[in-house]
Amino acid sequence: MSVELGHFALILALVAALIQSSLPLWGALSGSAAAMRVGDRAAQIQFLGVAGAFAALTWAYVVSDFSVLSVAMNSHSSKPLLYKITGVWANHEGSMLLWVLMLALFGLLISVFGGVIPAALRATTLAVQAMVGVGFYLFILLTSNPFERIARPPLDGQGMNPLLQDIGIALHPPLLYMGYVGFSTAFSFAVAALITGRVDPAWARWMRPWVLLAWSGLTAGIALGSWWAYYELGWGGFWFWDPVENASFMPWLIGTALLHSAIVVEKRNALLKWTILLAILTFALSLIGTFLVRSGILTSVHAFATDPSRGAFILVLLSIYIGGALCLYAWRANAIRDTGVFALWSRESGLLLNNVLLVSVTGIVFVGTLYPLALELYNGAKITVGAPYFNQTFLPVFAAIMLVAALGPFLSWKRARRADVLRRAGWVLGLSVAGTAGIALGFGLREPVGLLGIVISLFLAIATLADLLRRAGVPGAPIGTVLRRIIGMPRSAWGLWIGHGGLALAAAGVVAVSVWSAEEIQTVRKGEETAVGPYSFALIDIENTQGPNYQTSIAALRVTRNGELVTMLFPERRWYPVEQQPTTEAGIRTLWHGDLYGVLGDPDGRGGYVTRYYYNPGVPWMWAGGALITLSGLISLTDRRLRVGAPSARRSRRRATPSPVAAE
Amino acid sequence: MKRAVMKPILISAVLLAMTGAPAHALDPNEMFDDPVLEQRARDLGRELRCVKCRNQSIFDSNAGIAQDMRVVVRERIAAGDSDEEVLEWLRERYGDYVLLNPRATGQTALLWLAPLGFLVLSGLGAGVYLYRHAGGGDAPDPALSDEDRARAQALLSGREKTP
Repeated sequence: MSVELGHFALILALVAALIQSSLPLWGALSGSAAAMRVGDRAAQIQFLGVAGAFAALTWAYVVSDFSVLSVAMNSHSSKPLLYKITGVWANHEGSMLLWVLMLALFGLLISVFGGVIPAALRATTLAVQAMVGVGFYLFILLTSNPFERIARPPLDGQGMNPLLQDIGIALHPPLLYMGYVGFSTAFSFAVAALITGRVDPAWARWMRPWVLLAWSGLTAGIALGSWWAYYELGWGGFWFWDPVENASFMPWLIGTALLHSAIVVEKRNALLKWTILLAILTFALSLIGTFLVRSGILTSVHAFATDPSRGAFILVLLSIYIGGALCLYAWRANAIRDTGVFALWSRESGLLLNNVLLVSVTGIVFVGTLYPLALELYNGAKITVGAPYFNQTFLPVFAAIMLVAALGPFLSWKRARRADVLRRAGWVLGLSVAGTAGIALGFGLREPVGLLGIVISLFLAIATLADLLRRAGVPGAPIGTVLRRIIGMPRSAWGLWIGHGGLALAAAGVVAVSVWSAEEIQTVRKGEETAVGPYSFALIDIENTQGPNYQTSIAALRVTRNGELVTMLFPERRWYPVEQQPTTEAGIRTLWHGDLYGVLGDPDGRGGYVTRYYYNPGVPWMWAGGALITLSGLISLTDRRLRVGAPSARRSRRRATPSPVAAE
Repeated sequence: MKRAVMKPILISAVLLAMTGAPAHALDPNEMFDDPVLEQRARDLGRELRCVKCRNQSIFDSNAGIAQDMRVVVRERIAAGDSDEEVLEWLRERYGDYVLLNPRATGQTALLWLAPLGFLVLSGLGAGVYLYRHAGGGDAPDPALSDEDRARAQALLSGREKTP
């Protein structure tokens, strides 16, 4: 019964979205305040509808209602409760429901916290947001109904891929969708700006918090997915340039460009048209990502939908939304004028260069991901574009991005003094080369690519720190003043430093693990020791036991360095009888400089076991860097000028929504 | 109706059965004793795609076919082939599909030119924008005269009204 109520609630959400996509828009165009206000209510009702539908489906999973097709196909009564719940979105139908839940959530947030946004812009934005929703509600209801029943329910479900029965990957989709789908707000604001014809610094200030929120979620989601691959797939890899990974990485890259160009709009009233185009393209890539993953056009580790009718449906939606927005752009964008003027050497130019490079890397990932598909459609030739291609094309441009990120903050707005910038860049370069030389000599490192990577990471880190210190008054100001200034810095400045610092840290980690990791694969018996880099791994014991829905062998590994015990690792080999599938659970100990990582493989039948041991330097820095980058977005979000109720914002709210009496 | 429901169930049952096949991760038995040859074999393994897998290299994959391909790579290395010859040997048998690093040929020309194309195009766009919007050269020296400084101090301490 609750399942049918859920189905009904979803239809209700569709109806609310239909109203929300038409009435407020008409209101904004004709100046009817009453019609515009409908947008807020409709957004709230729409959210309640989807939330109800989502709750109903979740309940069906929790109570293992196998008369629901989705539950029967993807769940099992023996699964732990946590994975019954996360199983809701670990399949096509449920994940699309999560998609629209996020979409409606962002609509709800705009209706609740968007009080500072002028009524006409808010109403139009909500209308566009709902137009996106309508398409995806229809998609779910017509092709991917999660509430479909089966006439003769099975006694038990088919279970869920055990690789996905893990907390890291369970939280990955909600965060990823927060980003993917959250970028719909940028799209809605951009289209609304084109409709209402109003684009100015205030517009960028209203749009930017939503982009920041989405971007932070996407950052966390990507990092979490990468972390999961690292500890769960069991060979120490963390990024594979898999098309599904690329599908989430492209919106991140171009979304990063959008975040930065929106700053130029906000502060300098320049790059207006470009920022609107970026906002449209960012959501376009989110939709393309959804299409690639959900249509099953790629067959890769994570894609599990295989019905082409769904792909065609999403493709049509994609064409309507993106094609429509681009047509509107072509029609209306010429009316938008930039007024900000700036010199060649200026912060604006630096951010423009950031955009050039970020858009280029997005393009590179796009072409690399879609080229095999396009070629196969064109002449049937099957080729593969794998990690080596991306390493050769993506990494050099990304290195340039890091250099620009380092130097950008040195440039002042409008006009910078070239001599000052070059002098400071020279200092930073000198320090980072010296630092790298010290590291190379101290640890006896040689590989030129790795050392170049260290120089670039250090360059970004030192430049970021130097910018912080200079703004705090170093050198010159007394220590007390410096500390007071550091504490009093605006949150957006902290966002910059933490974000760029996090990028430097993550990059250093990637370089370190790519170049200097140590790996040994061997068959060992109990008691046998193996040297891995400076460490020694020994297999002590193996114990067979039983988990909630799997059997497992747990190995005890002793890791020593120069004869002293460092840690014990307990890698597992699990067997999930319902799914008839094995998984590996790596044993990992994180030290500040790297991970000790052990994997238990198959027994050889003669008392030995295949084991893989790794020392992965830098890996913890990658995760810390990812966390810092996520944090940087959230910290910027709390900046005074973006906060609801900031003095300037309060005035505009009063202007924006006049009471009926005052309007008269 | 019933058939439409049963079909995906059957497909997923087949898929589940397939994934239940025993794992063949890189096995010490396959490996060279010579660390130099072994390193070459691993590096080559990262350049080759497991033909039945979903975007995995044969080095990373646990599939049986990946193990077979790793063995072939090692046989070719043992036979004295250069890295290029090993890749070419596999390409002749499995097609371009196995190469994770696609060859630069007529049909991959766009793929390999695209990165440069994006940089040039977006760079040109930015250049045009700068040409149209950029004004002014280097910033003037911000050094203040003593008089300026005194006036600024007065303004800051509130002794003088803003002009």
